[in-house]
Amino acid sequence: MTEPVIRTAGLTKRFGRVTAVDGVDLDVREGDVYGFLGANGSGKTTTVRMLLGLVLATRGEAEVLGRPMPRHRQEVLPQVGALVEGPGAYESMSGRANLRLFDAMGSAGPAGGRRTRERRIGEVLERVGLGGIDRRPVKAYSLGMRQRLGLASALLRSPRLLVLDEPTNGLDPQGIHEIRELLLELNRGGVTVFLSSHLLAEIEQMCTRVGVLDRGRLVLQDDLAALQGPTGRTEVVTDDPGRAASLLGDAVEGRDGDRLLVRADDTGTLNRRLVEAGCRVTLLAPERRTLEQVVLAASAGAGDRRERAS
Amino acid sequence: MIRVELRKLLCSRRTWVTIALIDALPVLVAVLLAVTGVGPRPGTGPAFLSAVLTDGTLYPLAALAMVVPLFLPVAVAVTAGEAVAGEGQAGTLRYVLIRPVGRTRLLVAKLVAVVVFALLAVVVVAATAYVVGVLLLGQQDVTTGTATFSGTSLTTPELVLRTLMSLAYAMLCMLGVAAIALFCSTLVDTPLAAALGAIAVLIASTLLLTLDAASALHPWLITRYWLAFTDLFRDPIFWRDILRGIGLQLLYVAVFLGAAWANFTTKDVTR
Repeated sequence: MTEPVIRTAGLTKRFGRVTAVDGVDLDVREGDVYGFLGANGSGKTTTVRMLLGLVLATRGEAEVLGRPMPRHRQEVLPQVGALVEGPGAYESMSGRANLRLFDAMGSAGPAGGRRTRERRIGEVLERVGLGGIDRRPVKAYSLGMRQRLGLASALLRSPRLLVLDEPTNGLDPQGIHEIRELLLELNRGGVTVFLSSHLLAEIEQMCTRVGVLDRGRLVLQDDLAALQGPTGRTEVVTDDPGRAASLLGDAVEGRDGDRLLVRADDTGTLNRRLVEAGCRVTLLAPERRTLEQVVLAASAGAGDRRERAS
Repeated sequence: MIRVELRKLLCSRRTWVTIALIDALPVLVAVLLAVTGVGPRPGTGPAFLSAVLTDGTLYPLAALAMVVPLFLPVAVAVTAGEAVAGEGQAGTLRYVLIRPVGRTRLLVAKLVAVVVFALLAVVVVAATAYVVGVLLLGQQDVTTGTATFSGTSLTTPELVLRTLMSLAYAMLCMLGVAAIALFCSTLVDTPLAAALGAIAVLIASTLLLTLDAASALHPWLITRYWLAFTDLFRDPIFWRDILRGIGLQLLYVAVFLGAAWANFTTKDVTR
């Protein structure tokens, strides 16, 4: 039985008359790479801020690393690394000076002697690919470099849990790949990763569990493998789709050019039927739902659209 | 956290530029006085200024009287206004809070940094004014001592003591400004708005002091007793306004720091 790392019950936040987060029950377990999906404005960031004790919940409870938040933030937060809504740094200082400051903050103060601290800072900079930064101030950094610096700051305390809000924002494709590899490596080392994003592809490539937020409500939460389970249909591509379609009759549930979607219990039997009838089969595979289909089916539409009430 | 804030304050170029600029006015005035030899007639112009022509060692006090009404409070308001709103605007507030730095602790560290800033400014102003005063305006014979407003003489140790007391008094007045600006800083999103809020309070206070119709309010206005430190140079010291000033400043500090604390510790940090 794995320990819950993040658990919320009926977590709700109202800003005035607007309900930003509405009765969310999150369940993130140790070792997960949890993808927290939702359109812009669906309440992802507010939820993340409540988990970190920045925004105080109107109702409901949140437990992080087994302890209620925000009451126990002094014990919980030193074990959490976070990147919330873009990186933040003191603009006129260098990246290294920023890390020194952040390292020295907190109730515990800087851990270890001067040399240990410098080594720790050097290590995290190396990890995020900023090993070669010079004394330029942060205001001269590109968005990608700032993002890496923010990640370095999150890694300073060797956290057990990483809470990352859009961590690849502003990075180029190579950078995104690098960060993904870094996060997966950390995860293999036992770090639980809570990744909030609106980029489905990013979540699909990395995560083991997914939660989908739609207008403040958690509409879906499950293992990614289960969500992407087979639909019971088989995707068939033949060189003569017309003939194949007439041969299979009612079992064909959809057709898209050469591609047929066939309801079949057994793919092997289907294959034999087609081949014996003289159809050349070029592709035959059980249909799986994409994460996009799952998410679109679960949520009602783009979160930042405001339709006129009719 | 206090150490971190102090390091940020002392390593920032802006701190020193601000102090240098504050310092520039008394230096300029000293140069003008020394070159022209024309001082304000006794009883007019900024406090002490008529006396410094004969005695440069009084110049730190004259310099203080010049910067306390406007320059110093503006600089303190800007620095304190920056405290929370500035971190919010730079996007660092959330990262500081999740280190975690407790909100009360952060507020205290910010206040200490502002006080140190004001102290630095006051000390730098007084020190340069002393050097400039002695060099440009000359020193009276130490044996005769420095004249008080009341016409009697002060010995040098007494003069030093009273000067230090006036510095401490000026600091306390700045603490009142810092408390108001800190409160504004927890209230609004931009450091500019916070600083302007505090400055507006000072301007309103100064304005109401000139209005006889507002005389019922006068004892409660923050700037009312700010220049009371000149009373330290009467013989005997005229304590009434100084004590009232101390009480009033402490009241402002308590009320506004309390409000800042109450607001900040229950606030949603959404920036």
